[in-house]
Amino acid sequence: MNDPSFTTFLFGQLSWGALPFVRAWRDPNISEIIGAGAGAIVVLGAFGAIALITYLRAWKFLWTEWFTSLDHKKIGIMYVVLAGIMLSRALIEAVLIRTQQAVAINAPGYVQPEHFAQLFTTHGSIMIFFMAMPFLTGLMNYVVPMQIGARDMAFPYLNSVGFWLTVAGAGLMMVSLAVGQFSTGGWSGYPPYTELNFSGGPGPDYWIWAVTLSSLGSSTVGINIACTIYKFRAPGMTFFRLPLFCWTSLCTAILMIFAMPPLTVATLLLAADRYAGMHFFTDDGGGNMMNYVNLFWLFGHPEVYIVVLPAFGVYSEVISAFSSKELYGYKSLIIATMAIAILSFTVWLHHFFTMGQSASVNAAFGIATMTIGIPTGVKIYDWILTMFRGEVRFTPSMVLSLAFMVTFVLGGFTGIILATPPLDYMMHNTLFLVAHFHNMLIPGTLYGLLAGYMFWFPKAFGFRLNEGWGWISAGCWISGFYLAFFPLYVLGASGMARRTQQVFDPAFRPWLLIALFGAFLLLTALITLFVQLYVSIRDRHANAVPVGDPWDARGLEWSVSAPPPEWNFATIPHVGDRDAFYWRKRAGGAYRPADHYRDIELPRNTACGVIIGIAAAALCFGLVWRIWWMAVLFGFLVVATVIIRSFMRDVTRTIPAAEVEEADRRWLAQAHAARPVPREQEQSGLNQGRAKIFPQPTAKHA
Amino acid sequence: MTATTVGPALLHAGLNLDHASREEAAQVQSDVFGFWVFLMSDAVVFALLFALFGTSLEATAGGPDLAGVVKLGPAFIETMLLLASSFSFGMGSVMLKRGAKPRLMKHFRPAVLWLALTWVLGVAFLGMEVNDFATMAREGATPDRSFFLSAFSVLVGTHGMHVLIGIIWMPVLLLQLAAGGLDRPLKVNMIRLSLFWHFLDIVWIAIFSVVYLQGALR
Amino acid sequence: MTSPTIERGEVRGILLGYGLALLLTLSAFGLVVFHLLTRRQAFYTVLGLGLVQMLVHFRFFLHIDFRRNSRPDLQLLLFSTLIVALMVGGTLVVLFNLHGRMM
Repeated sequence: MNDPSFTTFLFGQLSWGALPFVRAWRDPNISEIIGAGAGAIVVLGAFGAIALITYLRAWKFLWTEWFTSLDHKKIGIMYVVLAGIMLSRALIEAVLIRTQQAVAINAPGYVQPEHFAQLFTTHGSIMIFFMAMPFLTGLMNYVVPMQIGARDMAFPYLNSVGFWLTVAGAGLMMVSLAVGQFSTGGWSGYPPYTELNFSGGPGPDYWIWAVTLSSLGSSTVGINIACTIYKFRAPGMTFFRLPLFCWTSLCTAILMIFAMPPLTVATLLLAADRYAGMHFFTDDGGGNMMNYVNLFWLFGHPEVYIVVLPAFGVYSEVISAFSSKELYGYKSLIIATMAIAILSFTVWLHHFFTMGQSASVNAAFGIATMTIGIPTGVKIYDWILTMFRGEVRFTPSMVLSLAFMVTFVLGGFTGIILATPPLDYMMHNTLFLVAHFHNMLIPGTLYGLLAGYMFWFPKAFGFRLNEGWGWISAGCWISGFYLAFFPLYVLGASGMARRTQQVFDPAFRPWLLIALFGAFLLLTALITLFVQLYVSIRDRHANAVPVGDPWDARGLEWSVSAPPPEWNFATIPHVGDRDAFYWRKRAGGAYRPADHYRDIELPRNTACGVIIGIAAAALCFGLVWRIWWMAVLFGFLVVATVIIRSFMRDVTRTIPAAEVEEADRRWLAQAHAARPVPREQEQSGLNQGRAKIFPQPTAKHA
Repeated sequence: MTATTVGPALLHAGLNLDHASREEAAQVQSDVFGFWVFLMSDAVVFALLFALFGTSLEATAGGPDLAGVVKLGPAFIETMLLLASSFSFGMGSVMLKRGAKPRLMKHFRPAVLWLALTWVLGVAFLGMEVNDFATMAREGATPDRSFFLSAFSVLVGTHGMHVLIGIIWMPVLLLQLAAGGLDRPLKVNMIRLSLFWHFLDIVWIAIFSVVYLQGALR
Repeated sequence: MTSPTIERGEVRGILLGYGLALLLTLSAFGLVVFHLLTRRQAFYTVLGLGLVQMLVHFRFFLHIDFRRNSRPDLQLLLFSTLIVALMVGGTLVVLFNLHGRMM
């Protein structure tokens, strides 16, 4: 049994040295100890979670109510939970990066270069693939079916599979903390550095498979959202009556469908180089790294629009709701969104202006890049004009939206600078670039996702979030962002490169210290978010809004109880206008029982998605460590599950009409018993989710 | 039925789908359209592999180039096999609509025979392709030799892998036909497989034009 | 259950599609094997024949036409073609530009 070839067969390239605890034991410096600490947190966290759930006897509940559910609302919430966990990890990594750069000025700092490189790689990979994508997917999953008047997504089972594949990828990223190490090649993973001859360890393989799993999940989401919006709109909900969030979700879905394939090709061909000795991107055998760069950014540019468009959708909803006013320029917003979506496929080269193309090629892409600023500007003006002459309420969501409008535009200006090839030659790969893209991602994407979380939380859980902590959190996010990133503009313009583990110019010190302080503010912002959640759960009975419309908002999702029934709508509504629910409230037609209740067919729970996810994770783990029997076994399991599922016929269950009616009438009784609150009182305990409607002189029909 | 229908009626001519309700119609149309969307993302994958192939033609690293690797004879036979299989699948689809009593297998005998023929042609195609790659390996034209050979092998090989998926998918569906008759989920699955199979033949048109015929021209 | 007339029509469609595709394939192979055109002409003719054959497959095997019930599929195909053209065209322009400047 000590036969080396049998051990290699069983364990692949795994060895004791793969464990960070063993590495820290052998070489106890701060860098290794931090690594071991992170690994320990993963292991203890996993065991701790299992122990806690077992102690609470919650396995059956979690399994039947959440993990195996095909309900878009449950899957949406689970996506957001996943995003929250990964946000925590990646933000801590950011603090570590900032700390290293602030202390390593003509000094070695506390993390070694190899470790530092892993930090910025995991930070970027997690934030994009396992924080932003799941977060926005979760919001779209939750909200879109309800906004269009549907009961679920077009493909509920595919929804579950996509979610569990994403979890598998996230799991792989977490496992890499405890077994082996991660890639040091940045979130973009450029070869030839990530080829076997320069990065022979498991790192790039972890990266490849985690990203591939995530991108497969995202592809399924794109197909699902597109078909849902295309085919399952309620009667009367024409395209030009869709809420803006649905329009941005549709454009996001289109981007996902067409932008994920280049990433899949790039990562799988890199895998072909690493596993089968091929020469796509190697520095010998005729390989060409520029093919990778080109493919990656064919994906990468639409990707940044994938993460920002849902946020734009949230801003449209939030600004309209909290300005107590109809969205200004509905059609122009739609055209701008579609223009952004199409143009996003024409600009990818601006990510590699410096790689040797002729000036004409660079200029063409530079001009295209600047063009994208125009529809974005149209949207900003539309939002400003929405607020104009409205009654603006400064809820935390609205505060984030206002901060977005100012901060994002500033970042957009720096984008125009970078879009000019000669200027980009000086700024590329400096901290100026890092500041620019964080300026787009944090005020653009993150504020939007957080605003959406706070906006729809009462709908999902039936009680409002604590507003005070929301303001504190928003304040920390906003000030933290400015302090953490504006110094980086100065540093980048002064010549400091990105991704540097050590700094050699003492003049950079004050800026780096300000940036470090900003990073701690951002960490505080995250912590206050969790405090807000804790306080809100503690006060959930006082802040309950069961009737379901705490903000006097406009979309169909607000016309059902909070939390909504599993089937969303007792009867599918007939939609006569844009903002139909808003006008129905004003015409006195809201909170009416249905004429006729019917049986409702819903998808049955299934373990298939979970099994596919777990098997995919094991398959990829086996691939990372060259444990071939594991890869083959779990690969078969994935295929077998897919095939067996296709044989299943009993995949739906029926909710009897009587049950639907009973639930509906119970909610309607609550609605009629509830005291309607005017907007000034919406943040008080008096708000039960029913808005006070003042008679309108000219009410539109519902 | 209200007058305000959303979206056009998507009646796929492949199989009769007698719709029981508006919701079911929407679900079936969405099921088929969703698969079209997936095929389009797959088309992007193939398109990019073609683009990579285009940039690889001169990166032969001293090894075999396109002219040296392409053999028109087998390529022609493979093309004929795949085209014939598209024809036989089409015939099978039409025959599937004949089943008046969807649970009786004997009503489906012509359909099953046409589909079995499709399967045999597909397996023959794959067999020839495997043989082609084995010949190339014997001649030293392995994918790890150069970027060009990597690009060629992955382009043609990815198409082959898709054919293999179809080869596995087909008997699974025939098994379901025998087990449960031609119910609605199976009809939808059949439509998806037919889209998949025809799509593969369309990709092959690009392959034999851009890879094999271009190679023979050099 | 389809009526025999409709079935005959459908079979005819498949036979016509197969026949056209066969013709286009044989033409493409033929003009290469028998050296009927110059290399450059042959390359573009082969591409053209291939494109036409793809359209034949779409029309006769996949039932994509200009009728109302195919329109969403057609729109999807056209949009995908646009994206593919941008991506492939862009890739070739960029990579050949880089290649030229490397030499």
